[in-house]
Amino acid sequence: MKAILNDKQIDKILKELADRIIKDNADSRNIAIVGIRSRGEILAQRLSQKLSEKLGRTVSCGTLDITLYRDDLNSPQQNNQPKVRPTEIGFDIDDKVIILVDDVLYTGRSARAAMAALIDFGRPKTIRLAVLVERAGREVPIQADYAGYKADVKPGKLVSVFLAESDGKEQVVIE
Amino acid sequence: MAISKKARPFEWARKHLLGLRELSRDELLYVLDTAAGFEEVSKREVKKTPALRGKLIVNLFFEDSTRTRNSFTLAASRLSADVINFTSKESSVSKGESLLDTARNLEALGVDIVIIRHNAGGAPTFLSRNINACVVNAGDGYCEHPTQGLLDAYTIRKHKGGLKGLKIAIVGDIAHSRVARSDMWAMTKLGAEVIFVGPPTLMPAEVGKLPVTVSYSLDDCIEKIDVINMLRIQFERQSGNPFPSVREYSHYFGLTVDRMKRAKPDIMVMHPGPINRGLEMESEVADGKNSVILEQVSNGVAVRMAALFLVNQAAAQKATEK
Repeated sequence: MKAILNDKQIDKILKELADRIIKDNADSRNIAIVGIRSRGEILAQRLSQKLSEKLGRTVSCGTLDITLYRDDLNSPQQNNQPKVRPTEIGFDIDDKVIILVDDVLYTGRSARAAMAALIDFGRPKTIRLAVLVERAGREVPIQADYAGYKADVKPGKLVSVFLAESDGKEQVVIE
Repeated sequence: MAISKKARPFEWARKHLLGLRELSRDELLYVLDTAAGFEEVSKREVKKTPALRGKLIVNLFFEDSTRTRNSFTLAASRLSADVINFTSKESSVSKGESLLDTARNLEALGVDIVIIRHNAGGAPTFLSRNINACVVNAGDGYCEHPTQGLLDAYTIRKHKGGLKGLKIAIVGDIAHSRVARSDMWAMTKLGAEVIFVGPPTLMPAEVGKLPVTVSYSLDDCIEKIDVINMLRIQFERQSGNPFPSVREYSHYFGLTVDRMKRAKPDIMVMHPGPINRGLEMESEVADGKNSVILEQVSNGVAVRMAALFLVNQAAAQKATEK
């Protein structure tokens, strides 16, 4: 196990992501954040807080549960049985610039499922993908618009993100 | 609403939902938590998710039912499954086909989930032992109606945060009610105290062996209960005269405005439908502020989506294990 990011680095990355998102979107009024459960939800809340502080207004933040949109529902489950939980998007996504947030971009399948789920709620102006860590291993043609950290990870290794809210510590490790 | 934050260390492994008697407390909570995830789907702009895309679901109904069947159909549609309706009156069952032959024919069409309602208790279990598809019980004899029990528990949990310590009265025609039985299993396992209320002629013979208390007087218990579930008098199932007259029944066991004045101010009034207004319940009560009757109907769709989703998940898991 090798630690690649600590709490300070994670916070710095989120600040940089917020700056880049503002720089790219001249009309920042349309920006809204949607996190993918479960760690993307936490990162999305932090990101929307940083954006809200920088922009001086509240940036909407929602949570997407992608379980029902997964492409492996009828395939062998490698990990735990996926548990369905509510999607909570308390705002209209039509014509918004939606920043989808996840912890790690790996195969790209979660992001694909998230986009399929999102468009069932309306038609955003654009959808951007922001991730804390990007690594090699894509299985679908999806790339991140905002990648906080590019990890050089060999196939078969796993990038794990631990966050205070869910895990009691702030750390990104390669296992 | 009480949704546990951490995933329970637990896997749903049942490819059939036959009754609530056999479910553990953890399993019940797992279905209710899952249903909470589905409730929001019905509020979206596109009220559909692809979870059961390409799956074939059959409503195999040997008894009349509109609301349960429609609720299951809607639940299946919102999961993107295809649905065939098969009712005994307009099918080959009226020509003498056996349950098993009917089911095998459906299986030859490639059905993935059979939703069955049958007047014989145990029919869903029989079916589950003889076909490969998942079986969901939509009511069998006087035994169980699991999705109704789940949606009642779901509705109570949503309002009260949980069922632990609640006093719940189920009133009326207990003997002929599979709803009362499924409610009883779900509610007692989740920590509630269940009271069956009705005339002795409408109590089941085995009531002494059930985990409930019995009361023959609604007036005796109206003041202390938190939830009251009023059952419909099922005239179509009765033989003999269980009570002297409808008026007398209504007088002693109807939920009237007068009785409601003596109840707790936040009592939840439930009914599995269809209501006989003026018989088991006065209209003012059915439409009053304590009534959650229509909410039960909406919650039923979320609970049935959860049931269909979970049995399919378990089937997918079992298929890969082989």
